[in-house]
Amino acid sequence: MSNPANGYKSGSNLEKLLRAGHFVVTAEIGPPQSADPEVIRRKARLLRGVVDATNITDNQTAIVRMSSIASAVLAMQEGVEPIVQMTCRDRNRLAMQSDLLGAYALGVRNLLCLTGDHQGFGNHPTAKNVHDLDSIQFIQMVKEMRDEGRFQCGDPIKGLRPCFFIGAAENPFADPLDFRPYRLMKKIAAGVDFIQTQIILDIPRFRDFMKRVVDMGLHEQVYILAGIGPLKSTGAARYMRDKVPGMRVREEYVERMEAAVAGIPKEDKQARKEAWEREGIRIAIEQIQEIREIPGVAGVHIMAIEWEEAVRPIVEGAGLLPRPVVE
Amino acid sequence: MIVGEQKPLEEIMNLLGDARRVLVVGCGTCVTVCFAGGEKEAAILASALRMKSQLEGHPMEVDEVTVQRQCEWEYIDPLADRLKDYDAILSLACGIGVQAMNERFPESITLPGLNTTFLGLPEEHGVWVERCQACGDCILGLTFGICPIARCSKQLLNGPCGGSQNGVCEVSSDVPCAWHLIWERAIQFGQVERLLEVQPPKNWSRSRDGGPRKIVREDLRLPEKA
Repeated sequence: MSNPANGYKSGSNLEKLLRAGHFVVTAEIGPPQSADPEVIRRKARLLRGVVDATNITDNQTAIVRMSSIASAVLAMQEGVEPIVQMTCRDRNRLAMQSDLLGAYALGVRNLLCLTGDHQGFGNHPTAKNVHDLDSIQFIQMVKEMRDEGRFQCGDPIKGLRPCFFIGAAENPFADPLDFRPYRLMKKIAAGVDFIQTQIILDIPRFRDFMKRVVDMGLHEQVYILAGIGPLKSTGAARYMRDKVPGMRVREEYVERMEAAVAGIPKEDKQARKEAWEREGIRIAIEQIQEIREIPGVAGVHIMAIEWEEAVRPIVEGAGLLPRPVVE
Repeated sequence: MIVGEQKPLEEIMNLLGDARRVLVVGCGTCVTVCFAGGEKEAAILASALRMKSQLEGHPMEVDEVTVQRQCEWEYIDPLADRLKDYDAILSLACGIGVQAMNERFPESITLPGLNTTFLGLPEEHGVWVERCQACGDCILGLTFGICPIARCSKQLLNGPCGGSQNGVCEVSSDVPCAWHLIWERAIQFGQVERLLEVQPPKNWSRSRDGGPRKIVREDLRLPEKA
């Protein structure tokens, strides 16, 4: 098809590992709110050899940060394969396609197509949003660029096509709940290759979602990576439970985080922090072990937000090191 | 209808600047129905301007008049002779009325007294909500009569984003998720499959993105203009 030389769609490490049937591990790097390349380099070094590829977020929560494509290049220089996230919020179809050509030319091979958080949440709430395309139309555009060699308007791409391994997000916990597997089905119809889910803090509900996905046969058409979000404190667990749209947090996690610091005086901040982090990592490891057994799950995506140090102990604790190598 | 709301008095005073003689022009159509710029609101605002300017030590003479529809020449033309008596005209019509006044009476300056807010309806007494973005290519036939262009915060065409919870939008708990409503209608009519087809990118050139729009109906034009 697009890359006849090797038979892969993109030839990325992530694609090769998934195709070979390995249980993959991805993580996430949040670019800095500055022009400092060292932030990306440091985070990338923490993840090198620990995960198979790393998402680079695109102005996440609508806060301006270093460009995900530029950050991806820095991550590659540190030996980490990036998954560039791109939202429909900030770019129209011209800007998206132009950035995709540029990203591919710079060596990016994995892309995550997102709608994007509303700008009202971020630090520029008076901005105009774009949403020229939605995430499903975005997937379709990237697939057509890769497989048909044409731009969204239908014009041919003259020369090298951008051949991305195409990802998207899915939130098994958002409403209307019954529509979620259908939304996944639409993303598959549009041409998605892999899915990373929202952070799972309600495993029974995720299990129900996956049962429907498997019953519909969708897991055979797309690789599904389950979202793991290690908790950093009781407050973080409560915040996710109460404040993050589309999140569901089972009470047991809030209680476990609270119990982790029982008996430690409030003044001993360092001891509380360490106890919380130990428990957060322990929960994440248990979750991976449990989720791994759910039919249809092809890997995990660890979102340790501003806590990249947690990824290695989680992956190690879950028995997923060393990472496999595929030629 | 077109829904508007009056600008704060302070902002109106700033817009009027040094004007001493002001004519407030209300509109008898949409903005009357939404209680923003009809005869009653024009009278109240004129009175407020008189009082405020008096208190601030530079009294204004403020008169008011309301026309049936400020967006049609035939209703505003009778104002022509009166306008020269005023330093400024303050329109309480929507943005269309304000521009109609400036276009028809270029020797006067007509200022906006309202913020034109949206195309919508009164959901209940005193509550107006947006229903249409005038995108120029109506898709209500695909979405069970609920518009995701006007009512989804991200104008999605292929279903709800991941921020929909308990039927409300991630932007605010006051905003129902349009796609949740569409989904419920699809279930009601037993036509869920209609939402499963991937909708292609929208042609925004028929919306404002294509530049200012115009409709010409040759069958309706008068002979001398055609």
